[in-house]
Amino acid sequence: MLGRHPTDPMIDSVPEMKSQSDAPMTRSALAGYPAASGHYDELLDADGKVRPHYESLVEHFDRMGTEELRRRVETCRRLVHEQGIAYNVYDAIGSMERTWQLDPIPFIIGAEEWTELQKGLIQRARLINGILADCYGPQDLIASGWLPPALVFAQRDFLRPCHGIVTAENLYLHFYAVDLARSPDGRWWVVSDRTQIPTGAGYTLANRLVTSRILPECFRGCRVQRVAGFFREVQATLARLGSRRTDNPRVVVLTPGPYNETYFEQGYLARYLGYTLVQGQDLTVRDDRVYLKTLSGLEPVDVIVRRVDDDFCDPLELQNDSMLGVPGLLEATRAGNVVVVNSLGTGLLESPAFMAFLPGISRHMLGEELRLPSAATWWCGQKSAATYVNEHLDELIVKPAFRGPGKTIESGRKATEAQLTELRRQLKFAPHLFVGQEHVEYSTVPTWTPQGITPRPVLMRVYLVAGRDGYHVMPGGLVRVAPALGSSAVSMQSGGSSKDTWVLTEGEVDETTLLASASNEIDLRRVGNNLPSRLADNFYWLGRYTERSDATARLLRSTLLRFSPETTGNAMPLLEPLLEALTRQGQLPNLKESPGLRARAETLEAELLAAIYDPDHPGSLRGIAVQLQRLAILVRDRTSNDFWRVLGHLHERVARPATSLVMLAGDAVGVLNQVLINLAAFHGMARENMTRAQGWRFLDMGMRIERAIYLCTFLDASLRSPEADNPSVLESVLEVADSTLTYRSRYNLLPNLAAVYDLVLLDDANPRSLLFQLNQLVKHVERLPREKESALPSPAQRVLLECLTRIRLLDPRPLNRVKGKWHESEVGEAIQRVLKDLPQLSDAIAVSYFAHSSISRTGDTFR
Amino acid sequence: MIYRVTHRTKYVYSEPVTVSHHTARLSPLNNATQQRDEFTLEITPQPSVRKLRTDYFGNRLCFFSIQQIHQSLNIIARSVVSVENATPPLPQLSPPWEQVAALFRDPVSSEVVEAYQYVFGSPLILPTPELAEYAAESFDKDAPLLVGARQLTERIYEDFKYDPVATTVSTPLGEVLKNRRGVCQDFAHVAIAALRALGLPARYVSGYLRTHPVAGQPRLTGADASHAWFSVHCPGHGWVDFDPTNNLMPRDEHIAVAYGRDFSDVSPVTGVITGGGRHKVQVAVDVEPFRPDETTDEAVSESVD
Repeated sequence: MLGRHPTDPMIDSVPEMKSQSDAPMTRSALAGYPAASGHYDELLDADGKVRPHYESLVEHFDRMGTEELRRRVETCRRLVHEQGIAYNVYDAIGSMERTWQLDPIPFIIGAEEWTELQKGLIQRARLINGILADCYGPQDLIASGWLPPALVFAQRDFLRPCHGIVTAENLYLHFYAVDLARSPDGRWWVVSDRTQIPTGAGYTLANRLVTSRILPECFRGCRVQRVAGFFREVQATLARLGSRRTDNPRVVVLTPGPYNETYFEQGYLARYLGYTLVQGQDLTVRDDRVYLKTLSGLEPVDVIVRRVDDDFCDPLELQNDSMLGVPGLLEATRAGNVVVVNSLGTGLLESPAFMAFLPGISRHMLGEELRLPSAATWWCGQKSAATYVNEHLDELIVKPAFRGPGKTIESGRKATEAQLTELRRQLKFAPHLFVGQEHVEYSTVPTWTPQGITPRPVLMRVYLVAGRDGYHVMPGGLVRVAPALGSSAVSMQSGGSSKDTWVLTEGEVDETTLLASASNEIDLRRVGNNLPSRLADNFYWLGRYTERSDATARLLRSTLLRFSPETTGNAMPLLEPLLEALTRQGQLPNLKESPGLRARAETLEAELLAAIYDPDHPGSLRGIAVQLQRLAILVRDRTSNDFWRVLGHLHERVARPATSLVMLAGDAVGVLNQVLINLAAFHGMARENMTRAQGWRFLDMGMRIERAIYLCTFLDASLRSPEADNPSVLESVLEVADSTLTYRSRYNLLPNLAAVYDLVLLDDANPRSLLFQLNQLVKHVERLPREKESALPSPAQRVLLECLTRIRLLDPRPLNRVKGKWHESEVGEAIQRVLKDLPQLSDAIAVSYFAHSSISRTGDTFR
Repeated sequence: MIYRVTHRTKYVYSEPVTVSHHTARLSPLNNATQQRDEFTLEITPQPSVRKLRTDYFGNRLCFFSIQQIHQSLNIIARSVVSVENATPPLPQLSPPWEQVAALFRDPVSSEVVEAYQYVFGSPLILPTPELAEYAAESFDKDAPLLVGARQLTERIYEDFKYDPVATTVSTPLGEVLKNRRGVCQDFAHVAIAALRALGLPARYVSGYLRTHPVAGQPRLTGADASHAWFSVHCPGHGWVDFDPTNNLMPRDEHIAVAYGRDFSDVSPVTGVITGGGRHKVQVAVDVEPFRPDETTDEAVSESVD
């Protein structure tokens, strides 16, 4: 069934696939897979036979048939999209989020091969940790000639302030990742070492969850080792490192922020492992200890898993202009009060130049031969190596030996004559800055493409963690696939895709999950006040922006329902309060100076559509949706996936490509309806699914304040209109306040001014009324943590109580006794006061809870 | 000579600072020609954390944190230092520069591992072919190392104009080389980069100059603030100092405070503050021959960040 010679030249075109699409269900998608020549193929051996560890998968695929597989590919895409697995890509314009590319066909490694690989990986981790300990300690390897001094001293990744810091358990390399490639002879080679921030373990986990879900029968049938045990080891290691000072250590994941390329993964891992995701500004150093700034004060931090580069971690002692880090962190580390993983300075060993010296150091330091070879590497800082590289420029890949500013990666193999001349010049002036490396022809693996399953070059990243009894290897890994056969650009940045890695076992499958095992004693915990204040800030604004989109959608919908291109001038006064409210809140442009413009129906229509769809207008519904997405990213590790999905859908609804205005206009009310349903889903989830902790409280406060502001703005605009008592205007008030049904059930007559205002202002049973919002806010504010217990109300409480008292005492009936100038009535004035008070309330909350002032460097005093 | 040194640094912030962390390298070094007899460091407001340690380059470093709300910071370093009037080595007797450079090439001689720190580029110094060219004019074939270094010192003194407003702490070296203007820090950086471009080890020295000259002699440039010069490693002699700002080889009017690869390793006072708004810094340095019964004036320099 898989009878095809591996040297078959048909590589990218698979003509049979098309003709097979209507073949019987039992046709295997892998039939006719053309292994590429000149590579080791992971699926087929040199005779075109399926390798034994792939047999089970192939059988499952045979049974499944092509059409079924195609369906699963679709499901795979949907799952990735819905889980929001993403990767930030940088280009000339800036960064953008790109959906993660997951190829559904797993990469499989047999049990026996894995065991060998594991031994080599563990040895290499021990070796690298030993080298790091030496470089940041006694530097014996340099003194005794095993390491050329320039390799360490000329690197900017050798961080001198970190020298001499004693690390817990003499561990520098807590986490470690290795990129491996398989050459045509079937051997694995290390292509690069990731010693500083080994990224991708979270994506590996995400890939596993999706792949095992779309191919459940294959996953079960193939005896695949689980990866959860590895993550439990990670938790155990971090707990052990942090437990020197406390039994209940606090671990945080330090992120550079949402614009970092792997931000998704950072939040994902933090949530999976149960740690707080923090940014540098969430942490502060006092008395040589690191603290997390939370709503209720400073909480000590024991372990920091950093995703911030070495030299950005402490603006005091490391890179001067970094504001991503924590000033004083290095001193706290020196004092042994916090453990940073990986240790600061570990970036040193990412230099490919070290590869040339590992075999020697392994013999010297471990007394063992290096088990896992590195891609052959020549460091040009050595005369003989430089000569070799110069003589073989056309075969080797020449790259910078060290990370540094402004150095281009030159590939000697593919360089033009002019580039080669320049490279020779640079090699002559500063040879120590370059290495030459042998090119490894990557192995190929069956990969799904729209044209069928074809071979693609593959690179595997595997992960290790330092356990109590030595390093553990994750049985799995992140496999990245190049976009085309001739390419070795496997990075996600350059458009490759990824795969789940299945490591098979001959023994029992370990069914570990990270759900706490039932037999262990556990400390019970309830709601705490330990929300970082930055997150409280984000939740608050998430609340405000969701309500802003809700109110905007309602105002726009009521306007559009009353508006048609044939609307005559007579109808305009009835629209005026709606338009005025939208203008005041920034959804419509302010046309005070040219009021005539709006009288033209086409102009108004264009404006209304812009208020929904215009991406360049920050007040538009689409602009608000963009803000919502940004905020959703920031609170992502504290909210469920459903939140994320709902807000994603919301954005999709309004982010339409600009088709014709006519199309958009016809659609508009429908789009607004969908937006409102989305928001209802969001509110429902917030109410029913969020724990009543501080995050929820700030979210709800933001919603209440925003709802009150919009309501009052609209009521104020209505009362200023001479048509305030017109039933059509009153109906729009009921509509916007979502109170039409309640009103009808009570009064059964045309809307009456006093009755409508009573319902939307003063009825505390109406969840849309002003009084209801204020009552909720009072409850929230009472429960916020206070810095000092005081008998006096807080500034926020004071503003609210005044506001509440004024509203409670209102009598709406006099509204019916006057005609016109309603805004000068008691009710009108009270509404205006509320509109002044609410921003004050917002400020008072911000001052008390969101104060995270920025850090800055004081100028150097010299000169 | 015995000197009394007073180094005052004052920061004033436009907004309250809630917490600040600082490092200070203000304590004169002990070395072959210089002895620190006394040293005190007065910091107001009182730091909550204050620790002394030796940094990677052997300098004395004070780390301190202030955790009370403050709007100004005063740092006063007082020291008494004895400086020996040692005759600098005779440049003509030093080995040819190529021979010295060879010690630092592959395979590296084990005697020079310590000096090896100073052969390569560092955060503020990137040796370039242009700098190698500039240096080459002073290093003829087989020229003794120190003759070349002395000549380089003189050429920088003549080619560059002392101009405190031409550069800032962050002006790149390439620009200094192009415009031929700067202050002692820039001149030291140019010299160090030029030497390293030839494969020679050179380091940065920060320190002080005697404020008022001996009667009848000109006042040295850079005497009212911290000063900087460079040092080149010469086998047989160790580190030999040169002051390109004043075109001389220091004897007993220079006091060394810290060594490093460049300024970024030895900045006298650095800090990161939370809050603070805009800040102003005032520095005053006074170096007087030590006569316990006399009081002295202080020269004041002001810079605004």
